[in-house]
Amino acid sequence: MKAVCWHGAMDMRVETVPDPKLLNSRDAIVKITSTAICGSDIHIYDGFIPTMKPGDIVGHEFMGEVVEVGRDVKRLKVGDRVVVPFPISCGQCFFCKSDLWSLCDNSNPNAWMAEKLYGHSPAALFGYSHLFGGYAGGQAEYARVPFADVGPIKIPDGLTDDQVLFLSDILPTGYMAAENCNIKPGDIVAVWGCGPVGLFAIKSAVLLGAERVIAIDRIPERLKMAQEYGGAEIINYEEVDTGEALKEMTGGRGPDACIDAVGLEAHGMGLEGFYDKVKQAVRLETDRPNVFRQAIVACRKGGVVSLAGVYGGFLDKIPMGAAFNKGLTFKMGQTHVQKYLGPLLERIQNGEIDPSLIITHHLPLAEAPHGYDIFKHKKENCIKVVLKP
Amino acid sequence: MEETVHSNPEQPQSLGDAERWSSLITGGAMVLLGLRQRSLRGALMALAGGGLVYHGAKGQQGLAEKVAETAGLDQSVRVERTVTIVNRTPEELYRFWRNFENLPTFMRHLKSVTVINHTRSHWIANAPMGNSVEWDAEIITEQENRLIAWTSVEGADVDNSGFVRFQPGPQGRGTEVKVVMEYKPPAGIVGATLAKLFGEEPEQQISDDLHRFKMLMEAGEIATTDGQPMG
Repeated sequence: MKAVCWHGAMDMRVETVPDPKLLNSRDAIVKITSTAICGSDIHIYDGFIPTMKPGDIVGHEFMGEVVEVGRDVKRLKVGDRVVVPFPISCGQCFFCKSDLWSLCDNSNPNAWMAEKLYGHSPAALFGYSHLFGGYAGGQAEYARVPFADVGPIKIPDGLTDDQVLFLSDILPTGYMAAENCNIKPGDIVAVWGCGPVGLFAIKSAVLLGAERVIAIDRIPERLKMAQEYGGAEIINYEEVDTGEALKEMTGGRGPDACIDAVGLEAHGMGLEGFYDKVKQAVRLETDRPNVFRQAIVACRKGGVVSLAGVYGGFLDKIPMGAAFNKGLTFKMGQTHVQKYLGPLLERIQNGEIDPSLIITHHLPLAEAPHGYDIFKHKKENCIKVVLKP
Repeated sequence: MEETVHSNPEQPQSLGDAERWSSLITGGAMVLLGLRQRSLRGALMALAGGGLVYHGAKGQQGLAEKVAETAGLDQSVRVERTVTIVNRTPEELYRFWRNFENLPTFMRHLKSVTVINHTRSHWIANAPMGNSVEWDAEIITEQENRLIAWTSVEGADVDNSGFVRFQPGPQGRGTEVKVVMEYKPPAGIVGATLAKLFGEEPEQQISDDLHRFKMLMEAGEIATTDGQPMG
């Protein structure tokens, strides 16, 4: 089959590799019909995710048709059309039973690596480094899906791939970020980053009852989409001081909740941005947490800072004094996708949300390297790339 | 010279001694911290209450052993690791483990375990360069559904002893499975060989084995990517 393989920073190649096989009795093989490039794939593309090996198949947002099932798969059958959640979860452990699917105890064969770095291992993820299990990803013609009865959701007829594909990651991720804000009537939510996750966080904050949503970015077409798709007010951080603008737009209180939909490769401004860039370049700091810092300072007292953007390592100069003395709550984590699949599919069916509207590019799988290039550099007004195997 | 130069005598000293080790082994504390200078085997023998004849090597010590001892090379390796398994009772886990022939399914370095009789079994483990090491193990003491303690007997390629304990966790938290092990290679094959046999870090080996046991018992399968495609 053809698959997108990582070979080093800025080096994604479409290669012919062996087809995947069933390895455990609860596995299924899915023939992929749509697969997307995620913002977190850009961290891999840029070489910021440790424990990638040359030849690793990437991709964790995919859907398709079940073509083979292991002998212990009961719920899925050949021919079913499914969306596959990006975390791999066993369905039996304490965390799966507690609806904390991305913290599954039993899916990561390389748990020891994660334990060394994080103390404990979170769930394995498709196509996201050996630290997270080393599972072959879904930017390919076929993928092996472990615990096939647990994760994948069957898609009813009448919905297109484009409408449901993002149930695999970014829609639940944006939604969980908003849910973590514990939105109450009258709340104003600020969202940093108007990429796909930020846009879904904005949309979800509105669905969950936010009075107003303020979106922060610097790319005109993304800000425009935040306005038109999400109904947000906007701040272009290259034009105004974000902190001051947020204060003025919220009666001096600050946003009740702040969502960081950017993560570890934030574009910092001025001296602070330069500091992080240099430190990250020489690997003294693994992540550039400009947005997280800004959110802490901007957030109203007693508010929530919700992280949807990915962090992987160690962060410098986090204003803990501000966070502590303002009594902030931090909420974060990889998305518990399985928890949100049903409710969000329902919202899509009801027409409350149409995830397909953020797609700007459909490309054949063979053009994946071009897809990475335009998505990373925001060329051709690129917001979201869907690949067709 | 007796093997017990560095540790306290292997024989139980009193009933109080047995009680002390019993509370250490079944309590919530870190067992190895409580053991300090005492050898694990000694403590397990004490726990057994002296009712069992110890078959271990206690004979003449050769020059190699003496040299190794003087150079501090005979330090035994001690490991303690615990996992929690939520959806299984201590009884279920004990039963699976007590059939020692099941152990190679999740202990990667084991080639086979053969049960000889109710208390004795024969173990074969993979060693570097296609070799293997073997030993007979004897159960020192056992509490049904709760504890299995063993030691290798005379002639073992790798002298080892330890226990596995199955204990209910706090309400709704399943069963805590603890393995505590101590092993010592023959003085001839110190250091590197032992490291290769049990992994660079023995703690890691035991930890991985226990994690695979948890996967098998809790999720019904051991997560793997062996045999998947890559570019």
